[in-house]
Amino acid sequence: MGAGDSAGGLEGGDGAAAKVAADVASAVAVLELRHAAKSFGPVKALLDGSVELRAGEVHALLGENGAGKSTLVKILAGVYQPDSGQLLVSGAEITLHGPAAARAAGIAVIYQEPMLFPDLTVAENIYMGRQPVRAGRRIDRGAMNRAANEIFAQLGVVLDPARPARGLSVADQQIVEIAKALSLDARVLIMDEPTAALSSVEVERLFRVIAALRGRGAAIMFISHRLDEVFAICQQVTIMRDGKFVLNAPTGELDVDTVIRAMIGRDLGEMYQKTGTVPGEVVLAVDQLVRENVFYDVSFNVRRGEVVALAGLVGAGRTEVARAIFGIDRRTSGSVRLLGKALPNGEPAAAMAAGIAFVPEDRRQQGLVMDLAIDHNVALASLHRLSKAGFIFRSAERRLAVTWAERLQLKYGRMRDMVSTLSGGNQQKVVLGKWLARKPSLLIIDEPTRGIDVATKAEVHRIIDELAAEGMAVLMISSELPEVLGVSDRILVLHEGRLTGEFARADATEDKIIRAATGQVAKAAA
Amino acid sequence: MTAPAAPMTPMTPVQAPGIPRIARFLRAREAGTLALVLLVFLLTTLKNHNFASSGSIQQLLVGASLIALLGVGETMVIVTRNIDLSVGSTLGLSAFVVGDLFRSQHIPVWSGFVIAIAIGATVGAVNGAITTLARVPSLVVTLAMLYIIRGLDSKLVNGNIVVPGQVPHAFIEVGYETVFGIPWLAIIVAVVVAIVGYAMRTFRPARELYAIGSNPEAAALAGIPSARRVFVAFVTSGALAGLGGALFLALFAQVDNSAGLGYELNVVAAAVVGGVAIFGGSGTVVGAALGALLLNTIQQGLVAVRSSSFWDEAIAGGLLLAAISIDRLLALRVARSLRSAEGAHREL
Repeated sequence: MGAGDSAGGLEGGDGAAAKVAADVASAVAVLELRHAAKSFGPVKALLDGSVELRAGEVHALLGENGAGKSTLVKILAGVYQPDSGQLLVSGAEITLHGPAAARAAGIAVIYQEPMLFPDLTVAENIYMGRQPVRAGRRIDRGAMNRAANEIFAQLGVVLDPARPARGLSVADQQIVEIAKALSLDARVLIMDEPTAALSSVEVERLFRVIAALRGRGAAIMFISHRLDEVFAICQQVTIMRDGKFVLNAPTGELDVDTVIRAMIGRDLGEMYQKTGTVPGEVVLAVDQLVRENVFYDVSFNVRRGEVVALAGLVGAGRTEVARAIFGIDRRTSGSVRLLGKALPNGEPAAAMAAGIAFVPEDRRQQGLVMDLAIDHNVALASLHRLSKAGFIFRSAERRLAVTWAERLQLKYGRMRDMVSTLSGGNQQKVVLGKWLARKPSLLIIDEPTRGIDVATKAEVHRIIDELAAEGMAVLMISSELPEVLGVSDRILVLHEGRLTGEFARADATEDKIIRAATGQVAKAAA
Repeated sequence: MTAPAAPMTPMTPVQAPGIPRIARFLRAREAGTLALVLLVFLLTTLKNHNFASSGSIQQLLVGASLIALLGVGETMVIVTRNIDLSVGSTLGLSAFVVGDLFRSQHIPVWSGFVIAIAIGATVGAVNGAITTLARVPSLVVTLAMLYIIRGLDSKLVNGNIVVPGQVPHAFIEVGYETVFGIPWLAIIVAVVVAIVGYAMRTFRPARELYAIGSNPEAAALAGIPSARRVFVAFVTSGALAGLGGALFLALFAQVDNSAGLGYELNVVAAAVVGGVAIFGGSGTVVGAALGALLLNTIQQGLVAVRSSSFWDEAIAGGLLLAAISIDRLLALRVARSLRSAEGAHREL
């Protein structure tokens, strides 16, 4: 690119406006995806992805976790190539071979956590590789900063283009990404949960920016779990479920109930078997737990033989609550008692000694030593019981591991094999075995079945049920509503760091949980 | 321009961009290093008045020149999140080979510089190729290269060192002649620093070096040909180390197999003292050159005040640590003030 396009989106703006005008007049979708499918090995991530984006419209894409939204976004971004289906830009079919091709086609994706160059200025972040140049191909910083300022003015925001990107808030980072998209003459902006990490003031500003973008004739796809936001700014809604397109309608013709019903609407099936147990004494008592800026006033109990689920959207603070209970993160105030005994703040070792086991979500990083043998991994948390005078008896270690491998129906070659050779589901069982070998009184398990196949999933559910039946108290964090409803005795719902709902197994429905998780509690009560 | 359908209500009126403020801040990092140089110079002069003599100042400049020159290439490499530890060995090899060609082939003076640069560029190309193609960490590649070249150098020298009488007089003049009291050596290095310093600010490919070091993933998404850029950075670093070999020969007129021994650590230290972030993404060649000047001034200052030579290196190391700690603290302060300025913004 030469000096001619130095002003980036500004000079190009008129051309884009003309193109946009043509788009609007012909009423042809700027971007249309028809019946796209995508599989990863045996996993069908997307079965029928269809969406139609028009100029000057904000289009909401809704669906539960795992409905196929991210796969669809990645197809539009050129990151994935669909196995089948068609992609049309302004009515003409095209194939995107990579992110660069998507960019060239005028499609820009603004991710939840933008990727910037922290050491470079805001303006350079926008124009990297396309900086305005003058004679001798020298970068014209003045022109670059002016061009950035002009884009910010169009968006109605104030941001110093000459400051380094380091230290920008997530909201401002998104603005930089949006400005970059505009400088590239993007006609389609896809925003993947842009509001998840923003404060309410920042969300308001983003909405003003989105209004300005609409005014310029951009087609915008807006992904959010917050239904109030969807109804506030979107003209069209597309809902996905289980990898399939289910519903598309103008926002005006929909209400919250219809949307929620369309998002769930599936049988729970008989996948979950639940042994009826009578909860015993209180094992875990959490009182007024606070971690500043993360969660507030969280109080609940877990009894012997009870499975309590902590539900909520990603980012609601569920894992953080668990980490604070276990002592990985320090709590600001509040108390945690295990079997009546107060746990010290920020001491995981004390929590372990008191009888809490914590199975984290990220097995690879936090739960397992991937290059160590299966039996070593199982025994890792029980070494003090297996050692005599500081020496660990290999045979004792092996016996312990074999016991749990049988109990959990672990599928393995030899005990000496490295854990990394096991499938995801079996790795999860090794983590479980490692903690269960300590005979904990409370098991905290974060996303127990994420990323594992259906059959193993059912086994993990059966194991949780058995453990509870034997008197263990279980606190489970899960984003999968069927799992939450099928496995637990009681369901707690967190929304933005606060408990917004508590449901007994008998009264819990997906509808109620989604309402609580999206902050629609008041309406649900009405 | 399309008229916006919805009224846009800026939170605050759009102000003129704060370029001068930021530019001043960016300059301040180098200004700080320069101020330290002057401070050390002043303090030393108070104890030993001879330190301010023109001969002593020439010594300061000459002594810093080679490290500053190598620091220019090193900065280009470090900025991309890599490191080049082979510069000292490369300098030694090129110094000996050029000196040997002078005595055995009587090559013209100008070609000594060309050959020196070519030798260095070749080493840099090997470093760059292995780092970018085989994706071996540059720390490993260039450390290995450090030993390989030092070994090759020893084999070539084999006791047959280059001595002053064997190097053309015109070549050696570069090492000690001055223009208006400024040594040629310092002028050459200053010109290189100025040219590369300007280029690093002004040209797209150079800015992409910073982008690569700042966020490699984002650089790939932005379509930056990272491997090619990193390769060029290594070639440049090697070429400048080669040129450094020629200047070493001109300065000392004598080369054995220990020429440039340990320079790589001085070069990296100079760059870091001069504000080049060791994890890439920021820092300037001017800063690195000033860092070299600072380290040399400290060392010579310690000699001038006759501190026990046992302690010279320890004190230099302590000052290095202090300089970097202060730099980190300042960087944190700046980051915090940027954040709070933004917070104040939002309140409006």
